[in-house]
Amino acid sequence: MTINTKRVMKNAWRITRDRNLTCLRIRVPGGYLPVKLLPLIQEIAERFGNGAVHITTRQGFEIPGIAFEHMTEINALLTPLIEELEVKIGVTIDQPDQGYPSAGTRNVVACIGNKVCTNAVFDTTALAKDIEKIIYPNNPHVKIAVTGCPNDCVKVHMHDIGILGQVEPLYDAQRCIGCQACINNCHKVSTGALTLVNYKVKRDASRCIGCGECVLKCPTAAWTRGGKYYRVVIMGRTGKKNPRVAATFLEWAEREVVLKLCANLYVYIDKHIDRSLPKEHVGYIVDRTGYPIFKEEMLKNVDLGSKAQLASILNFAGPMYDNHVSFLNT
Amino acid sequence: MGYKYTAAAFNQLLENLRKKHRVYAPILLKGKGKFSDADLVGYDEIARVEEVVFNQKSYFSPKETFYPITQTLFYFAGDEFKESVVDEKGIIVFLRACDIQAVERLDKIMLENGLSPDYYYERLRKHLKFIVMDCQESFDSCFCVSMGTNTTKNYSASVRYENGLYLSDVKIDIDGLFALYGEQFEVSPQFVETNKQMVQVPQNLNLESVAINPIWEEYGARCIACGRCTVVCPSCSCYTMQDIFYEDNPKCGERRRVWASCHIDGFTDMAGGHSFRRTNGERMRFKVMHKINDFKQRFGVHMCVGCGRCDNACPEYISLAHCIDRLGKEEVGNCG
Repeated sequence: MTINTKRVMKNAWRITRDRNLTCLRIRVPGGYLPVKLLPLIQEIAERFGNGAVHITTRQGFEIPGIAFEHMTEINALLTPLIEELEVKIGVTIDQPDQGYPSAGTRNVVACIGNKVCTNAVFDTTALAKDIEKIIYPNNPHVKIAVTGCPNDCVKVHMHDIGILGQVEPLYDAQRCIGCQACINNCHKVSTGALTLVNYKVKRDASRCIGCGECVLKCPTAAWTRGGKYYRVVIMGRTGKKNPRVAATFLEWAEREVVLKLCANLYVYIDKHIDRSLPKEHVGYIVDRTGYPIFKEEMLKNVDLGSKAQLASILNFAGPMYDNHVSFLNT
Repeated sequence: MGYKYTAAAFNQLLENLRKKHRVYAPILLKGKGKFSDADLVGYDEIARVEEVVFNQKSYFSPKETFYPITQTLFYFAGDEFKESVVDEKGIIVFLRACDIQAVERLDKIMLENGLSPDYYYERLRKHLKFIVMDCQESFDSCFCVSMGTNTTKNYSASVRYENGLYLSDVKIDIDGLFALYGEQFEVSPQFVETNKQMVQVPQNLNLESVAINPIWEEYGARCIACGRCTVVCPSCSCYTMQDIFYEDNPKCGERRRVWASCHIDGFTDMAGGHSFRRTNGERMRFKVMHKINDFKQRFGVHMCVGCGRCDNACPEYISLAHCIDRLGKEEVGNCG
């Protein structure tokens, strides 16, 4: 059997434990799947695979147990799925009947967002799709995730770029009855940005993270929702070297800024990646170039607007698994 | 006298009413809902009749238009004080039959309860004129028919939207403007005669047994004491006083009166730390009994007008209608 593993993997097929079998990876941008596509996934799994799918952590499906010889036929079968999930949202795919054109840049995942969730500040799937349009197809190994509010149910803090919704709360003092539901709740579940002054509420903008809890708790609509903004956290990761939670890069950024950052990330990677390696994860590139160079590249041609706050340093924390660095022989 | 209006004619009417009145109606407040990308139907001033939301119940009641949530009563500086000034314009409010009945309840507590009428309530209330919005269909949570508040004759004019026209029955024409801009037409306001939910209202509750009814414990376990039911209620009237000493100069300040709620912590706090109703169940019992028993004993009508706004607002899905119905059915059951 002869297989070009690099081409196969780029086509979203896996090399697996079983030398004769591969596994197909289907991406669902934003994690929202029209169920009319499920019968196709079922058909592929039953006709070519082992009758099961694995639901991935990145909101996709892996269809295992497929013989390599069926890749071309299955790629053709996938056409309506790729048309619906990628081409229709504006992703440029030249030959949708030949399977996925790349796999390095991973599916953009999203929490269920404000289609269902009471906390979510925005439509997370819509933003995930707009990001997919900008970053896919692409080869660099990049993980981006979108979550509707600072609860971060999607764990965007474990991603190269994580986007969290923020809402600017607006306060109408005339409508406030001083019940302090917002204040107590902010202290209990969020950052304690609210205090009572002369029976009305004062908000410390430097502490407020835009979770919208005050709006949710206000009985009189004294607190209502103002503009939508985004916190952008970067370079979170798992892995064998130095897993770490992402650090905040920007807060109170506008949607257009978020999209531009996603595009600029690829310019930065292309400029600084170590091409002697088979692949280099973007977080390690940033470790090498340092934050100032990363920042300069990311903010090229970006108008941050008046609200956005830019991190002066990246404050990472996380275990160092390299014993030579983190342990002494005793 | 009935009239019909095109939108253009009604808008001319509004334009002229607005010269001497503030005109309030339930409108769609874009993005003002609690959840993101959600709107809220609430009260605000209108300039055009197309803004009025006829096909939904307003989330908040009309009472905020003439009984402000926050109202400064007077200002003080050293030994002097100065009464606050209110707009002398009239107040015209678009509202439902049940809402008008609720204003009549507010009048009882604010104007007829005690030796003298509430001055600060009266100074705005005397400017108030009603435009009743017809109820051709009952909304989901309404139970006005059970409360006997589904109709009213207490209005200046009625209004409903039908086949591209606004139809109005005018009882007291305001400055002759309804006649001026309308075309005569036979109109009588339409009110619902049945609701999707009919409620068995208790007639003569035994207070001793109600007080120990286990349902209050159940509601107490569910209620989170947020007070939403009371702030959306058209007949709740409780307020508290706040004396404000300005931060820059604490010798100057103002006294405000602000809505309060029997469900919210602190409502029954006394000097010395005593509090009458500590548990949420006790507060629920107090509110329910006020709405469907105590008020009627004093004034002859139930305080609750069955608008159902509290049902819509409760984040814990507690239904006052259901609670009243349970008490009513228990009462009937107990009597045999």
